[in-house]
Amino acid sequence: MTASTPPPIGAPDDEVSATATHAATGGLVKSVVALDRVVIRLAGDSGDGMQLTGNRFTSETASFGNDLSTLPNFPAEIRAPTGTLPGVSSFQLHFADHDIMTPGDAPDVLVAMNPAALKSNLADLPGGGLLIVDSDEFTSRNLAKVGYATNPLEDGSLDGWQTVPVPLTSMTLDALADSGLGKKEAERSKNMFTLGLLSWMYHRPTEGTVRFLERQFRRKPEIAAANIAAFRAGYNYGETTEAFAVSYEIKPAPMDPGTYRNISGNQALALGVVAAGQRSGLPVFLGAYPITPASDILHELSKHKAFGVRTFQAEDEIAGIGAALGASFGGALGVTTTSGPGIALKAETIGLAVMTELPLLIIDVQRGGPSTGLPTKTEQSDLLQAMFGRNGEAPLPVIAPRSPGDCFDAAIEATRIALTYRTPVMLLSDGYLANGAEPWAVPDVDSLPDLSEAVGFATGPNAEATDGSPEFHPYKRDPETLARAWAVPGTSGLQHRIGGLEKADGSGNISYDPANHDFMVRTRQAKIDGIAASIGPTDVEDPDGDARVAVIGWGSTYGPIGAACRRIRASGRKVAQIHLRHINPFPADLGEVLARYDRVVCPEMNLGQLALLLRAKFLVDVQSHTQVSGMPFRSAELAAVIQDAIDTSTTDTTSTDAVPAGAAVNGAMQ
Amino acid sequence: MTTLDTHVHDLGMPGNPISAAVAASVELSGEKKSELKAKDLKTDQEVRWCPGCGDYVILNAVQSFLPSLGIAREDIVIVSGIGCSSRFPYYMNTYGMHSIHGRAPAIATGLAASRPDLSVWVVTGDGDSLSIGGNHLIHALRRNVNMTILLFNNRIYGLTKGQYSPTSEVGKVTKSTPMGSIDAPFNPVSLALGADATFVGRAMDSDRKGLTDVLRQAAEHKGTSLVEIYQNCNIFNDGAFELLKDPMTGTQWSIPLEHGKPLVFGPDGASCVVRDDFGGLRIAETNQVAAEDIVVHDATRENPAYAFALSRLSSQDLRYTPMGVFRSVQKPTYDGMMAEQLDVARVSGSADLQGLLGGGETWSVA
Ligand SMILES: Cc1ncc(C[n+]2csc(CCOP(=O)(O)OP(=O)(O)O)c2C)c(N)n1
Ligand code: SF4
Ligand SMILES: [Mg+2]
Repeated sequence: MTASTPPPIGAPDDEVSATATHAATGGLVKSVVALDRVVIRLAGDSGDGMQLTGNRFTSETASFGNDLSTLPNFPAEIRAPTGTLPGVSSFQLHFADHDIMTPGDAPDVLVAMNPAALKSNLADLPGGGLLIVDSDEFTSRNLAKVGYATNPLEDGSLDGWQTVPVPLTSMTLDALADSGLGKKEAERSKNMFTLGLLSWMYHRPTEGTVRFLERQFRRKPEIAAANIAAFRAGYNYGETTEAFAVSYEIKPAPMDPGTYRNISGNQALALGVVAAGQRSGLPVFLGAYPITPASDILHELSKHKAFGVRTFQAEDEIAGIGAALGASFGGALGVTTTSGPGIALKAETIGLAVMTELPLLIIDVQRGGPSTGLPTKTEQSDLLQAMFGRNGEAPLPVIAPRSPGDCFDAAIEATRIALTYRTPVMLLSDGYLANGAEPWAVPDVDSLPDLSEAVGFATGPNAEATDGSPEFHPYKRDPETLARAWAVPGTSGLQHRIGGLEKADGSGNISYDPANHDFMVRTRQAKIDGIAASIGPTDVEDPDGDARVAVIGWGSTYGPIGAACRRIRASGRKVAQIHLRHINPFPADLGEVLARYDRVVCPEMNLGQLALLLRAKFLVDVQSHTQVSGMPFRSAELAAVIQDAIDTSTTDTTSTDAVPAGAAVNGAMQ
Repeated sequence: MTTLDTHVHDLGMPGNPISAAVAASVELSGEKKSELKAKDLKTDQEVRWCPGCGDYVILNAVQSFLPSLGIAREDIVIVSGIGCSSRFPYYMNTYGMHSIHGRAPAIATGLAASRPDLSVWVVTGDGDSLSIGGNHLIHALRRNVNMTILLFNNRIYGLTKGQYSPTSEVGKVTKSTPMGSIDAPFNPVSLALGADATFVGRAMDSDRKGLTDVLRQAAEHKGTSLVEIYQNCNIFNDGAFELLKDPMTGTQWSIPLEHGKPLVFGPDGASCVVRDDFGGLRIAETNQVAAEDIVVHDATRENPAYAFALSRLSSQDLRYTPMGVFRSVQKPTYDGMMAEQLDVARVSGSADLQGLLGGGETWSVA
């Protein structure tokens, strides 16, 4: 069928406007419809190159100047059997002519490269949505593999959507008939054909992809040529076919002036670590053991040896953090990167870092748990592990980035705390931030925090022995920060021994004295609590300034919560959004701030871990809203939760009264 | 492992705060002092080993011998795990870290790889290095990071009061094996050679000369050196090495290893080592074999099979125990290669942070 009307827009972040103009191309009358946002999901077999296609479309979209947000979703298996449901890999991209916060609750357009991709993704496509399928793949064999008794392209079961079957595979083969490639090899380019078609449909620039393919396959020019040919063929097909009468224009989003790039959370973390090394002057040492979804940080940092970055792929997670701590002892910026199972293994060494009071950056890219759990899916369930997962009273600062680009700033902030307070710092990212991407304004290096002040290596004695001779006391503290003196090996006259046994206050000698132990336990805690003095008050986003309900979150839920708050406000209600960068310690005024609201809602991708901390610490009756599906929240669902909290908030008269009947925020939901 | 030809200012980032701190401290205290006496290496900490423990003897030997290396004490770092032996760093006036059980080789790897200007030592026990830390030990050895590992083998868990260890002999009765241990023990030298360690030696706590000799060679070796030191725990495993220490039986059962010398040992040189029919080695009576059939010790053989065969001569009750340096071969060190890659990267690419952040595909908004 022909898609002559614009695809309906799913639950929008904002109002949608569509205006059509008509243009004649090659004798065909085609119209151009202006949209303000669109969500596309590409789904196919793991072998179909959906992640690559998605990333290319993202790059084109980024360079075009739209705001965007992505959600890659792939199986943990490298290549599950072809054409099966477990083998389906997908990539969702939301792009718009305005500032957006999430990859979109539901796609407006679904591209399904085979029956398995259709079956596992169709439920997410709202009725009436545009569905493009590779009709060549709907063979009886492939249908049987996923349990379709009849062909959905023929049995009418797709009538509720604008279904456009396109023989993507055979058209790719036709386009590459003269390429000299075998059938199997030529078929592989069908993702580029598809990308070409979508590039036409959404007026994307194409030069970037052509350059990318030339670079990617520079050692195999025939493959590069085939992919480029397929890409162009897809584009031309869009231009000439009658199957698609409409193309869509999404204007660039207004952004602050500057240079932008597209960045994923893992890339941003890696660059943040390099920057932290440069801004502190310390050589970076990364000790890591590969684990999804953190491995890309190791890969990225391995490329930056020119910056004095040493990367060490250890024999296990324990050695990874051990080596990083050893490097910290030597004066490097020690870093270790992992996911939840790795943190479990590192626990004892983290305790040693707490005891030896050495700076160390611990990055946990959380994934679904417990145990091996869902390696490629996202979750926020390591918060309590980060806070408490050690023997003894072993407090450490915990911070979390809120978006892919924010991972960069979070790495620098974590380093600031680690160096200033001589402490291991836990940075909690997650699978959604790690692989998701967004445009990122490239910062001016000179504007980044100067961390060199925080280093302050000791160079001479800082105490006196009983006989009056000068001595070095490694546990003598800065009165303000309670940070201990840090002397690196090689420093003449300051030889000292540290370790896991309890230290005597000041001298750092082994001490089993009960009063000393009590004092040291409290001092270590006070040092971490004292970090609050350096982090500023709670950041509350409440445009009206008189909201009675607050939503509090941490980490990657910032986007969905923020989008939900926009909906709430668009419906005439009021809500305050608090999103924590620092979870340990909390901002000093957080308890007072929370006490101001009639209700505090806390959405988390776990069973209420932050809510537990807030209740314990501030005795506030936090309303925990949780989802542990391995997928990020949908903003429409969060909006409904917040709306409910507002509308049932007993002491709250203003906001409910202010809302006209029928203005439910989820009215736009299907 | 010494030959500190790397300078602190070459650490990958010229003029970094580490070299600045080191330079400032040297200025403050005058010249770097590398002419030391044994007493310069002692600390004010009370040594807390049981009276009579072999650890004292080893500590004394190390304190007496280290000054001869000419390394300033601030350039020496001793990292240990957990166990009686791992208390060692507290008694040495150098830099030190008494870490956690089994992890010292990993921690030392990070330190040695990022600070090639330091002389890094690991002190560990048989439980620490071969049970809980077995993984780190073999990986450190295969990587050949520049450090010296002293493995104090008392064939028992001392600090936890006397359970059998991974080097305890089968049948050993301990608190946790009232009917005798049923675990086959590791031979630490065989294990290290199996991991392709570039330097492996063995010495006796009470043999000051032999111990010093092996320690010196280990210290001078570039790469990971492993020295197994037989150490008497007079509380939980007293006399474990008596067979080798007793003047009567000692000469009979120990095989002194001297590079370039024929492997002849025992009272009056009555025993010797010859090749067996299967590519290994065996003990023979010297007067029963032709002189040219006696194996001449060569610690520098590239293939570890010979050194391994040597290590297999001994039984778990310590009969025919080679003492000395089994293997000493030169291979590139991990830290050296890491530093080289950094140098290459610096030559071929620039360390322009602004360029890195703005790298890849970018676009501008005016
Ligand atoms: C994680 C952990 N597990 C167990 C222990 C208890 N522990 C301390 S020392 C030790 C064994 C030490 O044996 P060895 O390495 O042979 O040292 P030795 O005391 O004999 O010198 C054990 C099991 C510990 N400290 N940490
Ligand atoms: S228990 Fe044994 S090894 Fe430990 S200090 Fe006492 S004698 Fe030495
Ligand atoms: Mg022992």
